[in-house]
This record gives sequence, structure tokens and C-alpha cells, in this order.
Amino acid sequence: MMNTSKNPEVKLTPGDIIVGKWNRNQYTILRELGAGATGTVYLARGNRSKVAVKVSHDTLSITSEVNVLKHLSKVQGKTLGPSFIEMDDWVSVKGALPFYVMEYVQGESLFEFMRKRKEEWFGILMMQLLRDLTDLHKSGWVFGDLKPDNLLISGPPPKIRWLDVGGTTMIGRAIKEYTEFFDRGYWGMGSRKAESTYDLFAVGMIIINYAYPKRFDKKEGGWNQLQKAIDQNRWLKKYRAILYKALHGHYSSAEQMREDLLKHYSAKSSVKTTTACRPTRKSSPSVSPPVSQNGRYKGKKMKKRRHMTETVLIFLFLLVFYVVYLMGQTM
Amino acid sequence: MSKGTLKQILLITDGCSNHGEDPVAIAALAREKGIAINVIGILSQNEAYGEHGLKEVEDIAMSGRGVSQIVYANQLAQTVKMVTQKAMTQTIHGMINKELTHILGDEKQMEDLPPDKRGQVMEVVDEIGETVNLEVLILVDISASMDDKLPTVQESLLDLSISLNSRTGDNQFAIYAFPGKKQSIERLMDWTPQLDTIGKVFKKISTGGITPTGPALQEALDLFPERRSKRKLLGEYDEYIEESGS
Ligand SMILES: Nc1ncnc2c1ncn2[C@@H]1O[C@H](COP(=O)(O)OP(=O)(O)OP(=O)(O)O)[C@@H](O)[C@H]1O
Ligand SMILES: [Mg+2]
Repeated sequence: MMNTSKNPEVKLTPGDIIVGKWNRNQYTILRELGAGATGTVYLARGNRSKVAVKVSHDTLSITSEVNVLKHLSKVQGKTLGPSFIEMDDWVSVKGALPFYVMEYVQGESLFEFMRKRKEEWFGILMMQLLRDLTDLHKSGWVFGDLKPDNLLISGPPPKIRWLDVGGTTMIGRAIKEYTEFFDRGYWGMGSRKAESTYDLFAVGMIIINYAYPKRFDKKEGGWNQLQKAIDQNRWLKKYRAILYKALHGHYSSAEQMREDLLKHYSAKSSVKTTTACRPTRKSSPSVSPPVSQNGRYKGKKMKKRRHMTETVLIFLFLLVFYVVYLMGQTM
Repeated sequence: MSKGTLKQILLITDGCSNHGEDPVAIAALAREKGIAINVIGILSQNEAYGEHGLKEVEDIAMSGRGVSQIVYANQLAQTVKMVTQKAMTQTIHGMINKELTHILGDEKQMEDLPPDKRGQVMEVVDEIGETVNLEVLILVDISASMDDKLPTVQESLLDLSISLNSRTGDNQFAIYAFPGKKQSIERLMDWTPQLDTIGKVFKKISTGGITPTGPALQEALDLFPERRSKRKLLGEYDEYIEESGS
């Protein structure tokens, strides 16, 4: 893509040093973390600690993101998004370039993390995400560009974190940035006004994306098409009621959706605990994943009851772990 | 409080002009009239970025103080929205920079402020972008080569309407096509606040070989609604913002 504005695209390489013109702090580039539409994010070493530095030619979007990060760090006692460190200008050979420094969030992307874990983890992570969204919405903001690429799992203990606040918008305004597959406007299921329901739609689509890793294009769009995708996937079908509400904007808060998910997972375990009569063993990596490569569910029913028991026990363990973890967090 | 109005022309084309006035000159004229010109050049599936004579696309936008982008048809929806919003922000930013120079003197702009002061300026840019009224005249090339791209164009416009109507400010859209049957351009849809009612606007396709981009732009300049009052929104800068006094 091209743009009429002259972008002095600067590529930094490991070992390069950038110095802020205003605060005089110095950062040594370690490696590139990712590049996007609005700039490039680098891992860098500041005063001993590792930080993430975003460099961009676009003062406006940099400033706008800094505004959001600063706001998020004001939400007390919560870590919503990477914490903000500072903003400055680096005078490069090609002119002054704005950059900002934030906490380096170390972790794996959501789907990478899930590849090595049991499906139950997915529900837990979604509950974590919804808890954070509850706080974000209460503080008057909507995340906007919610998608797996913008979610990292840090830890241990595993904790979902979001990155890229480029889409984060004050409630009531028009969403600043979004990605089609996760955007309710694209699917013809609502406006692009920043409302809590906008984010919850995206959470619904993240769940769908987990079952269809390759995503899919819009055909007729609307609930019609999404419903078919849900019904054609055995794993997704179990979430139908929750997805229905999330995609239709029927949840009045992220908290409600989280409670529904929690109920869904608790119900699932209580039914199956009756068969849990064997002690847990180390988990084997053979529990079938919810999806196959092409996104269609092909896994057969688990043949061995033993396996199921194991899964249930592991899940119960995780649930207890999670509850303890949550209590630890709130105390 | 009365709100300002931003005016834009969004030109969607897949080729070079080959007839009439120089579109780059007309774009410069638009700039004088306070209308920003954005241009989207559509590539065909088998076309590479450099191959096409789409330099004109950039030149027109640069001259018309707008934003340009060259894309494949499947990226059109996102591009239309991005280009329109970017141009809005750019205009507002320009306006505010002018105001800052006014207050702070010697060519001081937002970029010259210390980083923590910029945030406040940005909040104003955001606020205006959210509430300002917007008039977008969409000018679509319907020469024969565009035939298979028109359904996508139509969808993108619908998508644009969803985005812009999620703002607080009012919007007006009009759709014109060129070359027209008799004149340089032909009206497909008069000024309307929403595009979700458009149905199939691109039915009649011109099969002629000419692409009169310049004349089309020139006519488009006169199609913006006239306003009585021309009071100023912020200091001297009203090049791009005109008050509607509502
Ligand atoms: N604080 C951080 N800690 C670790 N990694 C990060 C951090 N911020 C960004 N990244 C990495 O850098 C990548 C690009 O960052 P970001 O999404 O903010 O850029 P962008 O230009 O806004 O991209 P786009 O708009 O296309 O999503 C991210 O996908 C992520 O992998
Ligand atoms: Mg981004």
C-alpha cells in the first residue's frame, strides 16, 4: 500500500541506539517484535530492564496510542494493556521520529499457547479476557481491535494480556481501528460505535476463529452465515447459546458473558464428575483438539472413557487452580 | 455550539485520465476551494503494484491535499474507510497546527511541542474528528475496465457509511459516475445521510474508451451544497472547515 505522505521508513537493527531528544533516555535495540500499519515495535534494553519501543513516522497515531496507554494506567490496581513508560522523539538521520516506550509483555500468542494445551484453557483465558474487558468498559473505553493477534499469554501463571491499543476508543465514539473478521459492521450485525457490545461481538468471533483457524470470508453475512459456521462445528455448537447472545449484542456487560461461560464450564464438569473414578495421571498429549486443519470438526468421539475421565480431572484441577488464582488476585 | 463541515471528494478509478483537463491541476483548484481530494487506484488481480500508470493517483491526491492508496479490489472496503478517515484527521491536524502557529508563533506545530503536551492537542483532534460534519462526494470511474469491480465498490461504500455513521457528527454522501452519457459526470445518487439504501446504483456502464478524470473532478467541485454563512471555526483556518451554523 502506498500513501501520499512521505514516510521516512526507518528500519532499526540490533545494536542500534536511540536517544530521546526531550528526556535523554537511551535504548539499545535488541530485535524487532512486529511491524504493523502504524509503525514498528522493537524489543530494547533501557535502564537495565527490557522494554518494548514503538517507532513510527505518524505523530498523530503515536500520540493517540500514548493517550490511551496513559489512561489505562490510571485504572487503579489493574493491568489493562502494557504499562506506559515514556514518549519522546528520536532525532535520526532522516529527521525527528516520535516513539514511545512501554512494558515488554513476554508471552505466546493465544493460538500458539493453545496448541500445547487442553481445550479447557481456552475457556479460562476467555474468562480472563472478559474480566479485563469488564474493567476497561467500566472505565469508559472499548478495546476495538480485539483479535487473537493482539492477545498474548504471559506467565506463569498464564494470564491473557492485550497489546496494540490502536483501536481503543472512548465509549460513544466511532471505533478507531478494527479487523474485518472480528468487526460486527463487516458482518452486518451492528454499527461501529464504541459500545461494550462491540468488544463482546469480537470475543464471540475469537471463539469462532479458534474453531476455524483459517477464518472464512463473508458470503451472505449476518447471523445466517455465522450460525451455519457454528452449527457445522461440533465443538462450537456447544457454545451456540453464548455465541448467539454475544453476536447479537444481547449481553449488557462483559461480566454477564463471563458468568455464562463460567456456568457452561462448570455444568460440563459437574455432569462428568460422576465418571471420575480414577486418580489423575500425568496428562498425555492425545486429547483430540477441537478442530482440524481446514476448520471443520473431524475428531471422532473419544474412544476411551479413561481419557475423558482424565480430561475432566485435569479440568477440575485447573478450575480450582483458577479460582484460587483469582482469589489471590483480588486479595 | 455550531459544528464545522469537512468536504472531500473520493475518486475511485483503475486507470489514467486520457481526456480533457489535467486532473492534477483541478485537484490544486479543489484545494483552493477547501475540498480535499482522496484517490483510490484499483489494481486488477493480475496487475503488480509498479506496473500500472497509477502515479497519477498519487499526484492528484497530493495536489488536492488528500490521501491516496493503490489496492486490489478485495482490500477496497478497508481502504475506502482508512483513506477517508486519514484525510479527515490530516485536515483537522493541519487546521490545528495552523492555530498553534497562530498562538505560539514561529512555525510551532504539534510536532514541536514536548511529548506530554501533544496528548492534549490530540484529544482535540479526536474530538473534532468525532463531531465534525462531513460531506463526501464519491466519484467512480465506470469505464469498461471497471465493470467487474463495481459490485466491490458498492459494498465498500456501504461499509464506509457504517463507519462514518458510527460517529456523532453528521454525514452527507453523494455518488457520481464518469464518464457520463451526456456530461462529464452522471449523478447516481443525490446527497443523502446514509448509503445503506443505495440498492444497485451501478447499473449502466459506459463502454467508451475515454477516462475524463479532469473534467469529472472539475464538475464535482460545484456539486457541494452551498452554505450561507462562512464564519470561521478556529481562528483564520477555514480552508477546509466551513460552518453550517446548526
Ligand atoms: N508491549 C509489547 N510487548 C511485546 N510485544 C509487543 C508489544 N507491543 C507490540 N508487540 C508486538 O509487536 C507487534 C506489532 O505491534 P502493534 O500491533 O502495536 O503495531 P501496529 O503497527 O499497531 O500493528 P497493526 O495496527 O497492524 O496491528 C504486535 O503484534 C506484537 O507482536
Ligand atoms: Mg495497530
